[in-house]
Amino acid sequence: MSATTAPRRVAEQAIPRQVRTANARSRETLIGAAMASPAVILLAVFFLVPVALAFGLAFTNARLISPRPPHFVGADNFIRLFGDSFFWASLRNTAYFAVVVVPVQAGLALVLALLANAKVRGTNFFRTVYFAPVVTSMVVISLLWRFIYQPDGLLNQIISAVTFGHSHGTDWLNNPTTAMPAIMFMSVWQAVGFHMIIWLAGLQTIPRDLYEAASLDGASAWKTFTHVTWPSLRATRTFILITITIGALSLFTQISVMTQGGPLDRTTTVVFMAVRAGYEQQSTGYAAAVSLVFFVLVLTVSGVQRFLTREKA
Amino acid sequence: MKRVLPLQLGRSVLVIFFAFPIVFMLISSFKPDAQIFADLTSLKAILPVGDISLDNYRGVFDRVPAERLLLNSVGISLVTVALGILINSMAAFALARMRWRGRRVVLAAIIATLIVPFETFALPLVWWVNKLPWLEVHGFHLTLTSGWLDTYHVQILPFVANAFSIYLFFQYFSSIPVELDEAARMDGAGWFGIYRRVVMPLSGPAIATVAILTFLPAWNSYLWPLMVVQSEDLRPVMVGIQYFFQLNVSWGQIMAYASMITVPVLVLFVAFQRAFIGSIASAGVKG
Repeated sequence: MSATTAPRRVAEQAIPRQVRTANARSRETLIGAAMASPAVILLAVFFLVPVALAFGLAFTNARLISPRPPHFVGADNFIRLFGDSFFWASLRNTAYFAVVVVPVQAGLALVLALLANAKVRGTNFFRTVYFAPVVTSMVVISLLWRFIYQPDGLLNQIISAVTFGHSHGTDWLNNPTTAMPAIMFMSVWQAVGFHMIIWLAGLQTIPRDLYEAASLDGASAWKTFTHVTWPSLRATRTFILITITIGALSLFTQISVMTQGGPLDRTTTVVFMAVRAGYEQQSTGYAAAVSLVFFVLVLTVSGVQRFLTREKA
Repeated sequence: MKRVLPLQLGRSVLVIFFAFPIVFMLISSFKPDAQIFADLTSLKAILPVGDISLDNYRGVFDRVPAERLLLNSVGISLVTVALGILINSMAAFALARMRWRGRRVVLAAIIATLIVPFETFALPLVWWVNKLPWLEVHGFHLTLTSGWLDTYHVQILPFVANAFSIYLFFQYFSSIPVELDEAARMDGAGWFGIYRRVVMPLSGPAIATVAILTFLPAWNSYLWPLMVVQSEDLRPVMVGIQYFFQLNVSWGQIMAYASMITVPVLVLFVAFQRAFIGSIASAGVKG
């Protein structure tokens, strides 16, 4: 990160050396620490402590509301967790969701970005419309699509209209095979605009003369894409891959509003399970164990992605 | 020229795909339940035709304390945004423009927190806030209470300090020439004066970005208030959704409520479209 070095140089030039008395310097330390302290204290209380607690409580029998202090129970929570079929279902569903959503969303976002990047009229309008679902709350989106997916909802009406009544669709969210794909489709619809913007920002950093050179060489549109555009998007690609993956692994709101983990546990996810354990069943210790597994999952997956997409110099 | 037509056609189909559900929601919010379902079979689904009225909106206010929920969300979001701008910019100022010991360690620690999603520590955080103390003021009486569940501050304080906001301010402040600080110092300004009269007035774009990136998750928050707030009086808008699935479900009312809590954000988005998209894109260049 080059950002940390540049400003230091700037700050060193800030005051001519001869003015810098020891007194002024200790004052600067005092005021600097004072100005940073509200944020630092809040981050310590609401970030550092709970992260540390996730590790600590996972080995206790802590309950959300209990007069007794938590007891150390060793690896009991993890033993219970690994023997819990609900956990394995949650893990499987989370993986299924991520494996489908990550490539589909990244790819579709790139297609949209290429379409929106074309220098023709109306680009601003298109970008705004594609982006509207991103600023809309996931709760509202989930509600809306819950209606769309109803047995007598919008989707099935469209299906029976275009097939002239030969097909009537299904009860999308209550059918074990279609529930998760339905949630995937909606999730991509909601978030793809965000990653389109990120791809667009990446596309706009590609120097124009690279394209001019390609067109002078008579390169086709596809050749230009594979030889100029794609290689120039390396940093953007890594970022998009990692943010979509972390978002996908954190799947919760859609499940909470649309299916509550059903039908037949086909849509439970790791975060949904953590909330159920820690909040509904009030067993904070067990929820912390689930959270810890989630933490390791996120770190491992993004670490592996960073490694695979690293710069090969 | 021949490539423009299919391109525009493709883009228009996608516009319909992305706009359709939201338009459908807004239009349906004015229709009675029976008509919403009847209109599904034709284009009437997205046209304001038939029995158009505000009945659903009236129904929403009868069913849920909508004004309370809206007021709560407005208050919580605005306070979070205001405190977030103040506290994060002060920290960034100290990190970007002052020299003090431990500065680099603090900056590195703040940036390191960016990779941890909220969901990893949300559950331990619920347990933790339930243990925290709070001073309650009753006139001249101060009472020490314990447990933050069911309060406004539990919905605000955990989200005020934000590593990404600090990082955005830090980047922006670093681009403002330091000569301005010196000039202000010659005029007798102290560090806080430089922050308040020199750096902050020049940082409009950074302030707007942080405001937008703080406001959206605050307004849209769901998981956290779901777990920490039980009383109706203190709940924000997104959690209010639950009331609509108790007893008889009226999709017209659901669409009306969904529109009420979405339209303000969409209006802000359309009005400040460039700033919104720019802010959210800036989240993408942090890597």
